[in-house]
Amino acid sequence: MTATPVTTTTGAPPAAASAARPVSVARAFRFELVKQLAQWRVRLLILACWIGPAIAVIVVSGQSTLPSDTLFGREMHATGWAGALVVLSFAGSWFFPLLTSVVAGDVFSSEDRLGTWRHLLVAVRSPRRIFLAKALASLAVLAMCVPGLAVSGIVGGLVVGSRSLTGLDGHQLGPMDAAGKLLLAWLCALAPILAFAAIGLLASVIFGRSPIGLLLPAFGGLGMQLASQVLPMPAAVRVTLPSFAFLSWNGLFTSPPQLGSLIAGIAASLAWAAVATALAYVLFMRRDFTSLAHDGSVRRAIVFGIAPLLAVWVLSAAVVAAATGATGSGIDQAKLQRSLATSFAHLYRVQSQEVYHLNVTEAQLRVTTSCTKGSGLVADEGPGNDWRCVVYWHLPGVNDATGQAVYQLDVNANGRYVADGDGPNEVNGYFVVHTPYGIAPNPLWQFDGLVDLLSPPSKG
Amino acid sequence: MSGACTVQARGLTKMFGDVVALDSVDLDVPPGQIHGIVGPNGAGKTTLLGILLGLAFADGGSLEVLGAPVGRGRAVPDGVTGFVDGPGLYPALTARGNLAALARLRGPDAPTTGIDDVLDQVGLADVADDKVRGFSLGMRQRLGLAAALLTKPRLLVLDEPANGLDPAGKRHVHRTLARLAADGATVILSSHRMDDLEELCSEVTILATGRVTFSGPLDKLAGENRELDYRLMTSDNDAARQVAAETDGITVVDDPEVAPNRDVLVVRALVPALDQLVPRLVQANIAVRELAPVVSPLETAFLALTERQESTAAQETGQ
Repeated sequence: MTATPVTTTTGAPPAAASAARPVSVARAFRFELVKQLAQWRVRLLILACWIGPAIAVIVVSGQSTLPSDTLFGREMHATGWAGALVVLSFAGSWFFPLLTSVVAGDVFSSEDRLGTWRHLLVAVRSPRRIFLAKALASLAVLAMCVPGLAVSGIVGGLVVGSRSLTGLDGHQLGPMDAAGKLLLAWLCALAPILAFAAIGLLASVIFGRSPIGLLLPAFGGLGMQLASQVLPMPAAVRVTLPSFAFLSWNGLFTSPPQLGSLIAGIAASLAWAAVATALAYVLFMRRDFTSLAHDGSVRRAIVFGIAPLLAVWVLSAAVVAAATGATGSGIDQAKLQRSLATSFAHLYRVQSQEVYHLNVTEAQLRVTTSCTKGSGLVADEGPGNDWRCVVYWHLPGVNDATGQAVYQLDVNANGRYVADGDGPNEVNGYFVVHTPYGIAPNPLWQFDGLVDLLSPPSKG
Repeated sequence: MSGACTVQARGLTKMFGDVVALDSVDLDVPPGQIHGIVGPNGAGKTTLLGILLGLAFADGGSLEVLGAPVGRGRAVPDGVTGFVDGPGLYPALTARGNLAALARLRGPDAPTTGIDDVLDQVGLADVADDKVRGFSLGMRQRLGLAAALLTKPRLLVLDEPANGLDPAGKRHVHRTLARLAADGATVILSSHRMDDLEELCSEVTILATGRVTFSGPLDKLAGENRELDYRLMTSDNDAARQVAAETDGITVVDDPEVAPNRDVLVVRALVPALDQLVPRLVQANIAVRELAPVVSPLETAFLALTERQESTAAQETGQ
């Protein structure tokens, strides 16, 4: 049998109906939004976003043990702004990938599971508008959730108390400064949220009714985090992962801010978002809706999902490496020494005020540090918990007297480190100090710091 | 082609890879007709209905719907609606919520019937505010029909609308479709339930392996058939058996698979022979209590035509 081309008849009778106009994107968007909001899990998610963080910040801030593993967690007694930042840290690590999974990762596959594609196509009459409406509805639901997390965390923080926040280099941020940087940090988190939402859309289009699409952003986020923690990778490769962009706002809390990683992370995330959305659109427009069973395939996922996104990752890493010259891990002896010296000087000043009511300046202290890794048995470069640093400073008011203190550093591959005082006890040991908000641990005992991964490598 | 038909298809062809789903299908359906599409699984019914709804396009041939040409780049016109492979409903919404969302989707300018009115027509007014999640298959089918009615369709395309319907639901659906056709709309439906099609449709098209094996009025289909088995219940079955055996053109069927009940006589005959048998029974003082085909004429024709098609296809393959 030979198929002849479709011919159309001319001279339609006078009563001929006009071709059906597709439904407008606005109406299709509202239809999609109604469907999304009719799901109990989505409503529950929105409610949790608006209530959960405030409760968590208030409750955790009242506990004797604080989540010191989370950035700013050890400061939750000191100021409510730390609680709001802990919400952002926790959300970036765990909640945002899950949120985008539930919202964007299911938006196409739910139609496959319910068998409603044909119904939707007959009703809307434009796959392009269906795609736009679904993508916009996913964004709308995310727009209902993300501000809720931010506002709720801030409200919880304000209940705990609006006081100065210690930055990641030990300098003190006033409440307004902390609030401004917090809002900026939330804005920066939007880029990786968009990237994960786009990955969710792509997975949903590729895998159809298979639950893999729903789980992919969550597992993808977890996988990126694990890879980022476990695998040795150059800084340029690390900062161009969307999961890193959830952390790169940390650079806002140093003075001057570490903007290199932040901008690279945001730009890379937006590239991931654009490419994943474009792929999802092309695949959706090419889909054959006459077939009911659409479960996706591994080959399709590799060719149209993983491979193009890997290419985006490699390309953006190459651009960042070329632009910054960062080819190694981004963590070296000189950077650590400089960062620790800055933090120590700022915090020594805080300690002097709280314990001795003395005003000393960083310039008077003239802090220097000497850091080694692995007791000199390995190169002084890269992350690890085997960094040992000796800090030297001039004692204010005592001629030519120099103080010395030891710190053990646990340096994370993402550039964050925890400095743990190792003596002498009266300088960086554990004791409590009286502060305006009550008693608190010695500020020089344990503190968080940050190394700029993309700053040029320097000689000590 | 006549311009009076709601649907006019000539030589429609559709292929999926090497598989021929539709092979030169012709179809003419005038306004106000309920037209049945019948065929075994894989015959191409759903593909044909999908093309009529604009979900897919034919690879060859021509199609006019409501007087407008339809094909790649030419969407089906306004007034065409329906469902294939079951109605598309959202379980998290109520019945009313599903219809309200659809009505809002089409906008204020679209011609719509009232939501309460269509729910009432399909007999779901009492459960209008229940979530669809708890609906039975039959209730979903009726709600799908209500969703289609919402737009005041001029062509309604339904794939297996009778699936899962209880007798009350079936009555609602049949009444609704008959009313719609009486108002001038065209209904094209597929079904495996021959009794439904016989009750509803004035014309049917039988498809087998993508080809049309019959298209026309039901009585023509029955007339083309040779013999049917009829169930005969009388006041004296032994005497009736003897009269039937003595009547020309009548064969008494003793096959226990066809006639398992000894109290019921099964005879095989053409209609003219039956016309002779009944007066003879009456003359013999035997009261005729029931005379009805064991299998409906449409089903018999359907089986005969599709079996013939299959054996032809098998022979072609053998050659």
